Amino acid sequence: MNRSVLTRTAVIGVAMAALALAGCSSSSDPEPDPSGSAANPYASLTGTLDASGASFPNNYYQAAIEAFAEVAPDLEITYRSTGSGTGKREFGEGLTAFAGTDSTVKEGDGPQEGSYLYVPTVAASITISYNLSEVPDLQLSPSTLAKIFSRTITRWDAPEIAADNPDATLPAKDIVVVRRSDGSGTTNNFTKYLVAAGGSDWTLGSGDTVEWPADTQAGDRNTGVAQIIQQTDGAIGYVDFADATASGLTFAAIQNADGNYVVPTLEATTAALAGATLNDDLTYNPLNAPGADSYPITAPTYILVRPTYDDPEVGAAVKGFLTWLLSDPVSIEIAHDEGYATLPDSIRQKALAQIESVTVG
Amino acid sequence: MFRWLTLAAGLLVLAVLALILVFTVKEAWPAIQHEGVWGFLTGDRWVPNDPDGPGPARPMYGALAFIYGTVVTSLIAVIIAVPISVGIALFLTEFAPRRLRGPVITVIDLLAAVPSVVFGLWAILVLGPWLFDAYQATHGLLGAVPVLGSIFGPPQGPRAFMTAGIIVAIMIIPIITSITREVFATVPNADKQAALALGATRWEMIRGAVFPHSFGGVVGAVMLGLGRAMGETIAVSLTIGAATQITANLFGSGNTLPARIVQNWGDPGIPPGRSALVGLGVVLFLITIIVNYLARLVVSRAEIRMKGASA
Repeated sequence: MNRSVLTRTAVIGVAMAALALAGCSSSSDPEPDPSGSAANPYASLTGTLDASGASFPNNYYQAAIEAFAEVAPDLEITYRSTGSGTGKREFGEGLTAFAGTDSTVKEGDGPQEGSYLYVPTVAASITISYNLSEVPDLQLSPSTLAKIFSRTITRWDAPEIAADNPDATLPAKDIVVVRRSDGSGTTNNFTKYLVAAGGSDWTLGSGDTVEWPADTQAGDRNTGVAQIIQQTDGAIGYVDFADATASGLTFAAIQNADGNYVVPTLEATTAALAGATLNDDLTYNPLNAPGADSYPITAPTYILVRPTYDDPEVGAAVKGFLTWLLSDPVSIEIAHDEGYATLPDSIRQKALAQIESVTVG
Repeated sequence: MFRWLTLAAGLLVLAVLALILVFTVKEAWPAIQHEGVWGFLTGDRWVPNDPDGPGPARPMYGALAFIYGTVVTSLIAVIIAVPISVGIALFLTEFAPRRLRGPVITVIDLLAAVPSVVFGLWAILVLGPWLFDAYQATHGLLGAVPVLGSIFGPPQGPRAFMTAGIIVAIMIIPIITSITREVFATVPNADKQAALALGATRWEMIRGAVFPHSFGGVVGAVMLGLGRAMGETIAVSLTIGAATQITANLFGSGNTLPARIVQNWGDPGIPPGRSALVGLGVVLFLITIIVNYLARLVVSRAEIRMKGASA
């Protein structure tokens, strides 16, 4: 029994090394392995992985897990979309093998300092979606955005909006602000952006929930917000890119740090990632990142893994899945299909090295 | 032997109740300590913010707005549901032709089987736009009247105290109806016949014979409905609008204790956010106990008075 486990880890080790080589020089094919595992290094992974956390990347993770099941048929992965807070707590209590989170781990979240590593996976933009048939191409500066969401501006024909949109004819309508009713990493990132870019025009601070003015409309989750925007003439709200695209909403162009108005697209999100500075623990902040084409409200998401897995089966499975998630072309294509931007190569290599540094057994 | 078994069963309920209270209070303690018991109960701001960022200097946890929302929506629900439920129950026991009785009972019981999330979604997707129009019309009609004008204030959207109250009313109608109906059915036929023989009309018979006899049971049914109304989570969360405010305006958005818990449980913010949510649960628990105690008081007082009058 013990021996077979050892052999298995050895095989995976070889497979990982082969994969790392393949990642460095993608042109040269890896050496054919006598055991045949180089063709599919994941086939030998077994067991079950339970994970929970952020709902923001959930669409991508679910599709990726489904696709990975074909590559590693003996491994069963479950990701429960519970929200980052619950994900971190369950990970800290040792209930899950890895956790998804949109926010960094803070004291009291659950996981102890040194008991986790960040693996950045994908990023997505948070769109400012609106429903105003008279204005097909709305442009907003961060300060105007902050004033709209703090209800300092309540009319669409306000002078601040007119200044951002010199060519548009703005209707004399009330603005209906739509926000999340539930605690959410999307709210957290959006309000962090307003704190960073809105300056003194934003006074509500940031958090999973903030003290919204009472005359704002609240929707449950991204789909709830999208639905209210669709239903209400004159509405504006923040919705993550995947759900906003699926609901067919219209996006406003937001002025980025370089002063250009940028509409959220995959390319603009990727540009924001390239402009962000990476911290030593592989966390990064793409909000309001520099770059002429960067979309400013871009939110990262991470997977938390343990630095050491005592159970070799679980450890190998986590490392295998995450390596595939970050580097396999199938996974990257799924991410793009679901509306998420994948990491630029510079960050991806460091993330793969982080996964490689996880010790097993 | 049997006596001890039943005693143990009785005590078990008390023990479970006590344990729930002890452990939830223990879980909620960090948040209560953060605010102080009085501050937690009477604070009307809920700001589970990141203290690193600018904005409010520290997280604030005040339950008052949610207590207010819970009480208001439950009262709206009960005020709407009780007359309708009692009416249905009277119709079924006293007026309905036998052939109609079975199908009506089945339909009402089916209403109780609809999941609350379905009620919530239906309220928002189907009823919402229609209700919003009705709110605007009501506000246009009564907005200038002194007191009514502030109760039926300017609507901000379909999500409001009123919407949540209406939906919860629909959800508790089956509960109140079926218990009230059972209670009405226990009124002795002799009492009813006697009233009719004395020349009472049907309504006088109901007032004189049926209501006094079944008052306690009806209050019990209302309390059961009220308990359900106060604890209703998903349907309320979807329809109330999740705004932390105390306002007389029933067409404004608000929030309730259970709705706030379910909205924030996944991402409760920085500690002690989760404890604060458990604290809301403790408050809800205490309110339920107080309401039940008051109901008992009402029943015992009224039974003495009514039985005395009818005897």
